[in-house]
Amino acid sequence: MTGTTGTAPSKDHGTTGPTGTALGAPAERREGRQKVTGAARYAAEYALPGRAHAWPVPAAVARGRVTGVDTSAALALPGVLAVLTPGDAAGLAAPEDGTLAVLRSADVPHRGWCVALAVAETPETARAAARAVRVTYGTEAHHVDLTEDAPGGYEPDEVAGGPGRVEHGDPEAAFAAADVRVDVTYRVPPLHNHPMEPHATTAHWEGDRLTVYTSSQGGTTVRATLAQLFRLPEERITVVAEHVGGGFGSKGTPRPDVVLAALAARHTGRPVTLAYPRRLLPTVVGHRAPTVQRLRLGAGTDGRLTALLHEVTTHTSHVREFVEYAAVVSRVMYATPALLSTHRVVPLDVPSPSWMRAPGEAPGMYALESAVDELADALGTDPVELRVRNEPRREPGSGKPFSSRHVVECLREGARRFGWAGRDPRPGVRREGPLLVGTGVAAATYPFQVAPSTATAEARPDGTFVVRVNAADIGTGARTVLAQIAADALGVPLERVRTEVGHSDLPPAPLAGGSCGTASWGWAVHEACARLAAHPEEGPTVHADTTGEADADSPYARHAFGAHFAEVAVDTVTGEVRVRRLLGVFAAGRILNARTARSQFTGAMVMGLGMALTEHSTLDPAFGDFPESDLASYHVPVHADVPDIEADWLDEDDTHLNPMGSKGIGEIGIVGTAAALGNAVHHATGIRFRELPLTPDRILARLLCEG
Amino acid sequence: MTSAHQPGHHSEVTLRVNGKPHTLRVDHRRVLLDLLREELDLTGSKKGCDHGQCGACTVLVDGRRVNSCLLLAVALDGSEITTVEGLGGDGDEPHPLQRAFLDRDALQCGYCTPGQLCSALGMLAEAAAGHPSHVTDPAAPSGPPVPLDRTEIRERMSGNLCRCGAYPRIVEAIEDVI
Ligand code: FES
Ligand code: FES
Repeated sequence: MTGTTGTAPSKDHGTTGPTGTALGAPAERREGRQKVTGAARYAAEYALPGRAHAWPVPAAVARGRVTGVDTSAALALPGVLAVLTPGDAAGLAAPEDGTLAVLRSADVPHRGWCVALAVAETPETARAAARAVRVTYGTEAHHVDLTEDAPGGYEPDEVAGGPGRVEHGDPEAAFAAADVRVDVTYRVPPLHNHPMEPHATTAHWEGDRLTVYTSSQGGTTVRATLAQLFRLPEERITVVAEHVGGGFGSKGTPRPDVVLAALAARHTGRPVTLAYPRRLLPTVVGHRAPTVQRLRLGAGTDGRLTALLHEVTTHTSHVREFVEYAAVVSRVMYATPALLSTHRVVPLDVPSPSWMRAPGEAPGMYALESAVDELADALGTDPVELRVRNEPRREPGSGKPFSSRHVVECLREGARRFGWAGRDPRPGVRREGPLLVGTGVAAATYPFQVAPSTATAEARPDGTFVVRVNAADIGTGARTVLAQIAADALGVPLERVRTEVGHSDLPPAPLAGGSCGTASWGWAVHEACARLAAHPEEGPTVHADTTGEADADSPYARHAFGAHFAEVAVDTVTGEVRVRRLLGVFAAGRILNARTARSQFTGAMVMGLGMALTEHSTLDPAFGDFPESDLASYHVPVHADVPDIEADWLDEDDTHLNPMGSKGIGEIGIVGTAAALGNAVHHATGIRFRELPLTPDRILARLLCEG
Repeated sequence: MTSAHQPGHHSEVTLRVNGKPHTLRVDHRRVLLDLLREELDLTGSKKGCDHGQCGACTVLVDGRRVNSCLLLAVALDGSEITTVEGLGGDGDEPHPLQRAFLDRDALQCGYCTPGQLCSALGMLAEAAAGHPSHVTDPAAPSGPPVPLDRTEIRERMSGNLCRCGAYPRIVEAIEDVI
C-alpha cells in the first residue's frame, strides 16, 4: 500500500483548538448522531396529515410549444387529485430567474422542462398519472452543439463579479515573440452535481400562510423568492431546511421543485411533497456548462512567462445567462507582462447551466494547470519550480496586493510530503508489468468571498448561550463550527453554546455557497457574541448585522490557494487509470474545525477525481438533453475508485478577511485535482489527453496508436 | 399499464421491521423503501435514485443487504427487515459502527449514511460467511471468512455512493469494527 493516511488526529474529538479556545478544535459534528441513527429529517420526510405527492412531466422536445395536454386518462386513475398544466402558474408574478417560470406559459425552452405536474394520494399513483398525461407539441429546430465558432456567441460584460474580458499588454504580439510557446485547447464536458438527496420540497398552505420544507443551500432566498412569486409578505412564509443532503451549488438558489410544490399544494388544498426523480434532475437543477479552453503560454528560456492567453467558449440556455467563468483563474495565478483572459458564451437550446462546485475555477484550473505542465515539459523545467518562478507579487488581473498567498509554501510542503524530489521527469518510462506509473502536480485557487449576514446571541439564565442564524448545513458542519466561533468570542466552553440554523424564523443569512457560508454567518455570530461578552447589559439577546462591513470593498486580492499531488497507474491492457495517491495541501486562512475541514477538503478531492476520470455527460444533438441522466450512466466515483486521500493545510494569519481569519474551504479541494491527475497520466504514458474524463476508451485508443 | 393501477391490486403482507410485526395492505406497485418511508414513518432509509443505482436505500432483509427501492413489498411476506433505526441496542446506545462513523467523521450531508451503515453490516456478514468478492484471491479456499483489507472493503462497498466523498473515512470506520 503506497497510500498515506490523513494527518489530523482521526479519533480525537476534542473541543479545544490550538489556541486553547474552541476555534480550530476537531469538534464532532453536532447533528452527527441524528444522521447515523436515521432521525435526521430531510425535505421529503415531513409526513404532514393528508399529504399528497407530485410527479413532474418533462418536455419531450428540445424547443417549441405545448399545443395540447390531455389529462383525462391521468385524472381517471383512482387516487389522482389534479394535473397542473401550462398556464396554471400564470397568476404568479414573473420570476427574476427564468428557470422558475414553470407552468406559466406553453413555451418549451429545452427538453426536460416541466410541462405538467401530476398530484396524487401516493407516489406510485402520481408517477402513473404523470405517465398517463398526453402532451402534444409544436416543435422548432434546436441547436445544442457547442463549438468554438458556434454562431450567436458573445463576450459577456460581467463574469463572477468582474469583467468578461481582461487584457493587459499586447498578448498576441508577446505570444508570437516568445522563445517557448504552448498553444493548446482543453475540453471539459457538461457535469452534474447529483447531490445524494434529490431536490425535494414539502409545501403546506394554511389560509394564506405558506410553509415549505425544502432542500436548499439558502432558505432566506427561498423565502424572498416565494414571497415575490406568490405576492405574499415574507412574514407569511416559513422555510425550513434543517438537513440538506448535499447541493454542491445545485441548491444554491430556489429550483423548480419549491415553486411546483407550493403551486400544487395551493391547487389541491393539501400538503404536497415533490421529490424530483433522479433522472429528471440534470435538466432542471443546473449543470456545469461544458468549456472549450484555448490556452497560449509564451515564456522565455528562463521559464518566465511573457504571455498568457486564456480564451473560454461555453454555453448558456435561452432561459437565463450563466457563464462558466473558467478564464478568471488566469487573472490570479501567474505573473505575466501580457495577459488575456476572456469568455465567449453561446446561447443554445440546452437545459440551463448553473453553479457546480468551484464553477469557473475547477474547469479553468484544469486547463491552465495542464497547460503549465506542458510548458514545464517544453522548457525541461520541473513543474513545481516553474510555478514558483512565475509567482506574482500582486494579483495580475487587478494589480492589488494579496491579503495572503501561500501557494509556493503549499507546493513546497506538498512536494516534501509526497516525495517529489528526485522525480524522473521522463514520461512513459515507469513500467510495472502491464502498468505505466506517473506522478503529477497542480496548483489550486479559490476566491475568498463574504456576504452580509445577521445573527443573534442570547445569554440564558442557566449560563448557556444560543446563537441563531438562518444558515444551511448542507454537510459542512455549519452548526458545529458556528458554535465554535460563538464559544471563542464569548470565552466559554463549547458545550455551553447551542446553535439554531435552517429555519426562516431565524435571523436572515446568505446562502451556503461560494465557500462563503461560514465566513459570512460566522462574522455576524462573532460580532453578536463579542458584544454580548463585552456588554452583558445589552443582553440577554444581542443582534448583529454585518451589512456595510462584510460587503465593504477590500484593497486586497483575497484568495485561498493550494497544491495537489497525484500518483496514477495506467493499465495498458484495459486503459483504466487507477489513482494510487492523492495529496492536497491548502492555505485557506485559519481552519476553524480540523475534523470537518478535512472532510470537506478530501470530499472535494473525490469530486475532482470524478471530474478527471469518471464523470461524463453529453448533449444529445437529436434530443437536446443529457443521455447520461441517471447514476447508472453518469459515473460519480465509488468506494473502489478512491484511494487513501491526504489533505492538510498550512495555517495562515490573515487579518484582512473577517474576525475569524478564515477563508472558504468547501470548493478549493476540487480545483487542482483534475489537472494533477491528468498531468500524472501524461507522466505515466507520455501522451497528453486534453479532454475530460480520462476514461478507458480514450486512453486505450491512444495507447494503441501512440504508446 | 393502467390496468395494474386499478383498485383491488392490493394484498395483505406481514413484515417484521426492527423486531416489530406489521400487517399492512399494500399496493402491488409499492416497494419496500416506500413502505418504510410512507407507511411506517421510518424515513432513515433514503431515496437517492429509486432505481438501484445509489445504495442510499440499503436495508437488511433476513440479514442480507438489499436495495429496498428494488423490492416489491408484496413479495416480502414473513420477512425480517432491519433498517438504520433498528441498528442500535435497547436504550440510547448506538451500534459500534454508528459510533465509529461519528468518531471518524465518516459523513457530511448524511444522506448516504444509513445506506452505508446497513450495507457495511451486511458486507461484514458476507465476508464472515466466506463470500468472495471481485478482488478476492481466486486461489483462496472457499468457506472460511475472507479477511477484509481496504481493497476488499472498497470493492464490497462500491454499491453505496457518497457524493460528499466521505469514502476514506467510511473505510476507516468499518475497519474500526472489524
Ligand atoms: S434509492 Fe435504492 S439504490 Fe438508490
Ligand atoms: S455524506 Fe453526503 S452523500 Fe455521503
